[in-house]
Amino acid sequence: MNDALDVALRLVIVFAVFLVLPLVIGQTEHKVMAHMQGRLGPMYAGGFHGWAQLVADGVKFAQKEDIVPADADRRVFQLAPAIALLPYLLVLVAIPIGPGEGAVGEVVDAGIFFVLAIMGISVLGSLMAGWASANKFSLLGGLRTAAQLLAYELPMLLAAASVAMAAGTVSLPGIVDEFEWWWLPWQIVGALVFFVAGLAELQRPPFDMPVADSEIIFGAYTEYTGLRFALFLLAEYAGIVVLCGLTTVLFLGGWHGPWGAEGLGWVWTLLKTAVLAFVVIWLRVSYPRLREDQLQKLAWTTLVPLALAQIALTGIVKVAIN
Amino acid sequence: MPPIPGSGLAKGLAVTLRTMTKKTVTEQYPDAQPELPPRTRGVIGLFEENCTVCMLCARECPDWCIYIDSHKETVPPAAPGGRERSRNVLDRFAIDFSLCMYCGICIEVCPFDALFWSPEFEYAETDIHELTHERDKLREWMWTVPAPPALGPRRRGAEGTRRARKAAEKLAAAQEPEPEPREGES
Repeated sequence: MNDALDVALRLVIVFAVFLVLPLVIGQTEHKVMAHMQGRLGPMYAGGFHGWAQLVADGVKFAQKEDIVPADADRRVFQLAPAIALLPYLLVLVAIPIGPGEGAVGEVVDAGIFFVLAIMGISVLGSLMAGWASANKFSLLGGLRTAAQLLAYELPMLLAAASVAMAAGTVSLPGIVDEFEWWWLPWQIVGALVFFVAGLAELQRPPFDMPVADSEIIFGAYTEYTGLRFALFLLAEYAGIVVLCGLTTVLFLGGWHGPWGAEGLGWVWTLLKTAVLAFVVIWLRVSYPRLREDQLQKLAWTTLVPLALAQIALTGIVKVAIN
Repeated sequence: MPPIPGSGLAKGLAVTLRTMTKKTVTEQYPDAQPELPPRTRGVIGLFEENCTVCMLCARECPDWCIYIDSHKETVPPAAPGGRERSRNVLDRFAIDFSLCMYCGICIEVCPFDALFWSPEFEYAETDIHELTHERDKLREWMWTVPAPPALGPRRRGAEGTRRARKAAEKLAAAQEPEPEPREGES
């Protein structure tokens, strides 16, 4: 009984984090993006600097009619937003934010495998949406998503493998336990590759070719309205949380910090995640969208070789240490 | 020396970060009134007393948005034995601001300074017919017309003013001795 309560409590907490953090990041994006463009951003909803803007957006989405196009593949069309969103919830369960058993939803021994495999699933949501919408723009967006997934999953896996090699374990808490500060320069290339590939997998600008609104309307999400559309948006921001959390855990040492690693470790994790999320927003504001061929070229001719070089470096250093 | 690879990317990031630390340019309009420049073209006010119903404004208006109705009245002779004069009396003066394109030609062309720009701009209506402002409303706008702004030292008009003042002073200096005898006369 106590075990069940424990599991339930953990899941509730993870679920709450899953609902709150994406909104926080979304609001931060509203504000940071606005100020980077010399604007103020939302100022009215909720009274103080528009803090409740996303709540208001949610209410608006909930009021909208849920439309399924006549020619759409109904079941697949309706299922797609859930497929896009839920994997991130599952990944969040496995991300440790502090040392010990208490600070992770569920310890998964093969953490990296679990996390990367599940993250790949969420892209299927876009693919399903694109295929089921019976719309040429959606289809184009869905296929671009597929191409992007193929191109960027590889460097992401390779970069993660490098860390696993360095730590000698594939468990996420295990990797953070092994972390030393000099891993930072050692794994910096892998970290960059992982982060960039993750951005591409989330279809965040500058890698938002699959949803390029100026040419294919909104890609796979063109036909969606109301709550289902909101779920896709939520999936994007949940994806940012997961990507930043994973990068923190794998490459930035999770709860390790200059001080206070024991009691306040989770603060370090959240802080690093927040900084990375800021970088994600920053990149979106600063860079224009990559063209589809540039996108593929970046993955295959730059990121994959870099990731392979990182693995080689990791191997050499590892052997030299031993 | 070729640029360092990636320096362009870093420059892009620096630009956005710098903009973020600067003050925003947003004006929170309904909460804070905007600071309008002098001679703002908001709405047109009518100073009815100056209007002689010459119709120049209505005729010059490119989109015919000025409506003027008038009739003639006969004024009895000012002095006995004189002849009667006829005079135009304004019945209706209206500007349709749903047509007006704020070119200001009517104001430029008015020979008697009966039309003025006012900076007031908050007169949106839910019914387009309400945008035809009749003479009483145009009169109300007149009270919002600001005094003409002073000419700056570098304006072209300032040079004209300076010359005119110089000429006037010269004239005054030339006529200086004259006033005294006049004083003596009266």
